[in-house]
Amino acid sequence: MTQIIPTIRWKDLGTPARVSEREVTLEIDGMSVTVAEGSSVLRAAAEAGISIPKLCATDSLEAFGSCRLCVVEIEGRKGYPASCTTPVLEGMVVNTQSNKLADLRRGVMELYISDHPLDCLTCSANGNCELQDMAGVVGLREVRYGYDGENHLKAEKDTSNPYFTFDPAKCIVCSRCVRACEETQGTFALTIDGRGFASMVSASQNESFMDSECVSCGACVQACPTATLMEKSVIEKGQAEHAVVTTCAYCGVGCSFRAEMKGNEVVRMVPNKDGHANHGHSCVKGRFAFGYATHKDRITKPMIRHSIRDAWQEVSWEQAIGHAASEFKRIQAQHGRDSVGGITSSRCTNEETYLVQKLVRAAFGNNNVDTCARVCHSPTGYGLKATLGESSGTQTFDSVMKADVIVVIGANPTDGHPVFASSMKRRLRQGAKLIVVDPRSIDLVRSAHVQADHHLKLRPGTNVAVVNAMAHTIVTEGLANDAFVAERCDIKAFAKWKAFIAEARNSPETLEAITGVPAAEMRAAARLYATGGNAAIYYGLGVTEHSQGSTMVIGIANLAMLTGNIGREGVGVNPLRGQNNVQGACDMGSFPHELPGYRHVSDAATRELFGKTWGVTIDSEPGLRIPNMLDAALDGSFRGIYIQGEDIAQSDPDTQHVTAALEAMECVVVQDLFLNETAKFAHVFLPGSSFLEKSGTFTNAERRISPVRKVMPALGGKEDWEVTVMLSEALGYPMAYKHPSEIMDEIARLTPTFKGVSFDKLDRLGSIQWPCNDEAPEGTSTMHVGEFVRGKGLFVITEYVPTAERTSRKYPLILTTGRILSQYNVGAQTRRTENSLWHSEDRVEIHPSDAELRGIKDGDWAGIRSRAGETVLRALITERVQPGVVYTTFHFPESGANVITTDNSDWATNCPEFKVTAVQVEPVTQPSEWQKRFHDFSNQQLGLLEHREPAKA
Amino acid sequence: MEIERLVKMANDIANFFEAEPDHAEGVKSVAAHITRFWDPRMRSAIIAHLAAGGEGLSALARAAVAALVPPARRAA
Repeated sequence: MTQIIPTIRWKDLGTPARVSEREVTLEIDGMSVTVAEGSSVLRAAAEAGISIPKLCATDSLEAFGSCRLCVVEIEGRKGYPASCTTPVLEGMVVNTQSNKLADLRRGVMELYISDHPLDCLTCSANGNCELQDMAGVVGLREVRYGYDGENHLKAEKDTSNPYFTFDPAKCIVCSRCVRACEETQGTFALTIDGRGFASMVSASQNESFMDSECVSCGACVQACPTATLMEKSVIEKGQAEHAVVTTCAYCGVGCSFRAEMKGNEVVRMVPNKDGHANHGHSCVKGRFAFGYATHKDRITKPMIRHSIRDAWQEVSWEQAIGHAASEFKRIQAQHGRDSVGGITSSRCTNEETYLVQKLVRAAFGNNNVDTCARVCHSPTGYGLKATLGESSGTQTFDSVMKADVIVVIGANPTDGHPVFASSMKRRLRQGAKLIVVDPRSIDLVRSAHVQADHHLKLRPGTNVAVVNAMAHTIVTEGLANDAFVAERCDIKAFAKWKAFIAEARNSPETLEAITGVPAAEMRAAARLYATGGNAAIYYGLGVTEHSQGSTMVIGIANLAMLTGNIGREGVGVNPLRGQNNVQGACDMGSFPHELPGYRHVSDAATRELFGKTWGVTIDSEPGLRIPNMLDAALDGSFRGIYIQGEDIAQSDPDTQHVTAALEAMECVVVQDLFLNETAKFAHVFLPGSSFLEKSGTFTNAERRISPVRKVMPALGGKEDWEVTVMLSEALGYPMAYKHPSEIMDEIARLTPTFKGVSFDKLDRLGSIQWPCNDEAPEGTSTMHVGEFVRGKGLFVITEYVPTAERTSRKYPLILTTGRILSQYNVGAQTRRTENSLWHSEDRVEIHPSDAELRGIKDGDWAGIRSRAGETVLRALITERVQPGVVYTTFHFPESGANVITTDNSDWATNCPEFKVTAVQVEPVTQPSEWQKRFHDFSNQQLGLLEHREPAKA
Repeated sequence: MEIERLVKMANDIANFFEAEPDHAEGVKSVAAHITRFWDPRMRSAIIAHLAAGGEGLSALARAAVAALVPPARRAA
């Protein structure tokens, strides 16, 4: 399965591919070459295997024509045109080599090298430098100008970015970095400053990279043909000797990367040009923040303890597993079969989550299994299944390039899903219209060459009112796609829904008082969505993490069906998944009511199928969801839990409730990389393995299954799936897998949407979007083409029900939460990397008027109090938030963002209402009581870890 | 299970289906949702709560809980 790629070079075809139905045939060096119309001569030659020397051209960027190295002769044309900027023409005759061309190219290289250090042997790019290659190719033997003239060799190096350096002495001003920042990333942080000889690359207004607008995505480093922009890890370790293609373990975009290796050590992660989700692009997390995998905080030996006040004791794997299994068996014997359960991880592989739910269902014998999607996208599963028939997004990421209207609701793609945001921004620069529905001014509302046509700055908690007002406008103004509805949807349900939505109480004018969105703006946005061509909705946790999360997902699906914006490219309903494998964890049967493939446990045929294969009887009753497990722990009916790769003590709402529940349990088994917040309440700690240490698959937000390949041995000696196999066996239910590919084979046998998936096919195709079956053997890019998965699309009535969480005199502000580019979720990984240089603490954003009213200045300590609890953060005064709304991130445990959040939850799925908490904010001088207790407890637990007893020999 | 929490959950579900114009359909939907998503101990607790007066349950939630089939006794 691990495919080792010996070379570290990509084939670079010089200019981007062109898609055209028309082909052009020309002659290059006497060879007949046929390429797509619009291709450059440089690319046509490269496709035919003819390399024309080049420096400023690369196939990830549009041609620029500045280096003059790729000059060619074309019959019937005067001079020596640059082949990168010359499009092919039918019958063109091109000559790429002649004495004259050789002279010209040598002359160009001579000028470049006259102002370039001659330190090739000690240069970090040695062996992987395009300038060096071209010097060799053109046969440069001397530099007649000498090296004493004016030059840039003493230009100062910028080492401010923690991951890469900028050495202007080595810069050839080819503009590849500048163009990558614009075209690939869309940040426009880099420019060429000055003219002529004084030209140089500048970050923002001649600032250091770290102080500039640079988001450290690495696109410039990737594009640089020399050592000017170079990873510090390569400077330190040298060039890699082999590479392995794998999949990023951060967000739901699921970027494909090449792990460039020296033996078992990662030298750098390079975005895979052939990656189907990212096409060679990356962000600061996936590209650079992998150092956590070898961080000193990793725990690599299993540990046990009898009480959470005891010091940990290191033990063998057998002892740890044996102890956990005997505890689970004891608890079940004393308190019943349903008194234990498990949590699967959205950060682990499909194969691993599948095994954990199998262990719960087959070895524990109940359905008490849940996953962190409970607290993020469970409403997506419910809402899309109810309306469209499948619990997943409908498109590919690439589909955005065909959208004319892009609607972003409750998502912050530039921070949460940065690589996809770059595609989205590219499409917006091409002219697509943008509607943002968000209480806060996210970057997309206004950034470089992007401006939202409509920003519906709603009050938090009023999503459903907004979606109803939009639908009302479309229905009552006659903008609906009646033909689509008539052909594709359940007409009876539609008639009922239509009568509901057309009522005056759903009009933008009536709802304005609730949403805070001016009716005219709302109507204009609705008209644009309905009539602006292909319209695609992208949404995130700002939709789902509400008491009406599922209602809002349904409302979004209603809107898409109403306007016929579903079932083809460029449209659709697109949930942006938070974690790398949220989609996969849900697909794999991690919910307590569903077996793999979203089949309810009450369905006898499905139970029979799994029961027969697994050799057990599957319980027909739904099990407990995470919040229910916690409640049941406090009433004594739930006493043991196996948690793989999750940190509910930080990520789940109402922290004090969560920790009380964990404390009430008799056996908490945590399998993780680090002693996370939950592990501080554990009795058994099983060392987890990072994505670099195991094989398997992740499924991203576009249903794309991508291979995860082991590049280094597991630090704890076992991949996560092996640990589950051991635990299951100790529980009396042996599982006979020798490799994760066998687990996937079982999944494929039991799950219709995965029927055609195998590791072999993934190796062959690179990735596969499910459904993958006999009808679609290579997967399915767009869902619901021609017919909805459930048959007829179902309109469901979405009454706006205000959340129970209300502001009052005591709690006059609404707190909402989100994330930031450099940190990831609970931060367990990114906080252990240099990413913390961008974001070293969570701050509370507050509007200047609210701050002034309270006497809070920027950087002051601010106490945030809700009905659930209190915490203290430093204030960040900004107009990004509207008056009456405050905002924070939750990446640092000591921030206690979830100490404040309440136990309100989505009516259908119990997904917590993270996005709406009534609070008061006041200036304070010291940490909250909770923070003091947290600090003491945390220190005590770290002490118990530090003083752990080593394993007896 | 803390009964106030279960009552709130039942009422939240009922709130969604309150919009259903056909009352019988609404009752059926709420009961079906609870049956599909609540583990047996939660269903038993809410049924017992209704039997004890059902304090705090909305009218629709009350009707739905009354329509629930009590879960079979669970083996250990």
